[in-house]
Amino acid sequence: MQKVSTAVIAAENISAWYGSNRAVIDISLGVNPGEVLALIGPSGCGKSTFLRCLNRMHEEIDHTRSEGRVLYKGEDIYSDDVDPVAVRSCIGMVFQKANPFPTMSVAENVAAGLRLRGGFSRSEIESRVEGALRKAALWEEVKNKLRAPGTSLSGGQQQRLCIARALAVQPEILLMDEPTSALDPISTGRIEELMTELKKSVTIIIVTHNMQQAARISDQTAFFLMGKLVEHGNTEQIFNSPTREETENYISGRFG
Amino acid sequence: MSKADAPRLPRIQRRRHFKSLMANAVIMTLAGFAILPLILVFSYIARSGFPALNLDFFYKLPAPAGETGGGMGNAILGSVAMVIMSGVMSIPPGLLCGLYVAEFSHQKLARLLRFVIDLMTGVPSIVIGLFAYAMLVVPLGGFSAWAGSAALGIIMMPIVSRTTEEILRLIPDQLRESGLALGLPRWKVLLRLIMRAGRSAIATGVFLAVARASGETAPLLFTSFNNQYWSKSLSEPIASLPVQIYTYAISPYEEWHRLAWAGSLILVTVVFAINLLSRLLLKRTSN
Repeated sequence: MQKVSTAVIAAENISAWYGSNRAVIDISLGVNPGEVLALIGPSGCGKSTFLRCLNRMHEEIDHTRSEGRVLYKGEDIYSDDVDPVAVRSCIGMVFQKANPFPTMSVAENVAAGLRLRGGFSRSEIESRVEGALRKAALWEEVKNKLRAPGTSLSGGQQQRLCIARALAVQPEILLMDEPTSALDPISTGRIEELMTELKKSVTIIIVTHNMQQAARISDQTAFFLMGKLVEHGNTEQIFNSPTREETENYISGRFG
Repeated sequence: MSKADAPRLPRIQRRRHFKSLMANAVIMTLAGFAILPLILVFSYIARSGFPALNLDFFYKLPAPAGETGGGMGNAILGSVAMVIMSGVMSIPPGLLCGLYVAEFSHQKLARLLRFVIDLMTGVPSIVIGLFAYAMLVVPLGGFSAWAGSAALGIIMMPIVSRTTEEILRLIPDQLRESGLALGLPRWKVLLRLIMRAGRSAIATGVFLAVARASGETAPLLFTSFNNQYWSKSLSEPIASLPVQIYTYAISPYEEWHRLAWAGSLILVTVVFAINLLSRLLLKRTSN
């Protein structure tokens, strides 16, 4: 277990509900800057919900609530004087299904966050768009079709476009909710490469169903089961010598 | 599959083939029946209206009874003016109302509003005319373009709202979440991302509402009434195509009947064109 104090983002006793159903139970978990934390566990174990609590997206669903604190650089993002909009501009998110804004071109998609927030000059937006596309390893493929509709790209390119869109607003933390589960192995491989490159500048928390993926890309792994955090540690340790039986069963494919 | 092969097909396949042909034939015939009235109406109107159409029709005032010639220039202008005014009055609130009902459907007020809009869609247009008469014509002391536009607007508003709502419901939640996750406030996500994502489909709804308003007669009969001259102010009675057609059609004069047909042809063509335009727009942008 790492010390919470060095973590750039740390959940403290987070619980989350859908109506009366408690999906996340009292989880404390942090991640150090520049690291990749993978959240694994069977479907319905609360890992996505937990992820959504980290940038206050959980509360955007009707009839939900959460308890506990999430410290981002030592400040609780759930305290009354914090605007969730500001939280999300520091803690970005990429979703399972690639979803470029349908009526926007490639460039407009990446620029959307900056344009709609306002206060950026045209040249600043242009350079940030290029920078974000480069970081998302998409620039070379789309530099000649920046004006083409975002939805005209292939599935894997669309997901990298969504990553670029999230990166353009320069978040410090990127939450990824099964970003490759809808992609073929080649596209998946590219996004994994991209993540190892990205973690130099962004801290990543990724939910994945793919255990090999977790093993390949993450520094830390946390195993969730039925809303609880079962085990958390270095990825190598979790996969080679898990201390809990449930973890071992899950990793070796005996359930889930 | 060539005909020569057919007899050699196994029995069951031949039977399926036959059934498929029959089903297709039935569908085509029924579709033909459905289109038939449309074709009949349009061809009849075109045949009767075309001979009376000339340039005068578009810019001249109606000729006095008994004289030949004259046109419906004032009615065309009046219709255009009132449709624009009613659009300005009804489209923005219609869009916002649809947005509110679609995006805040868990709120009681939104559900109530949705119910009211549903009811409004079903109110006969003559009743809406009567309402505008009581609320505007009587207090303002006379028929006016304002009252006519308001009546048309009340007809358009629920159509715009309803289509907007239905389109926005089709937009996946993921898009809203992506916007929020970029650190954008909800109102910006709704107005600038979600509305934009549905814009072409919403525009179709707006066009359909405009087409509907252009053809309405009943709500104008006792709101904007009619005017044989150019209206000098929006507070005066104003001519409109549907009302002018109505007036001419029930008149005893042969010449006026011809003009009524010509007016109908213009009206139907405009409504067709608007519908066609909106379909094209939808098709072009959805590709």
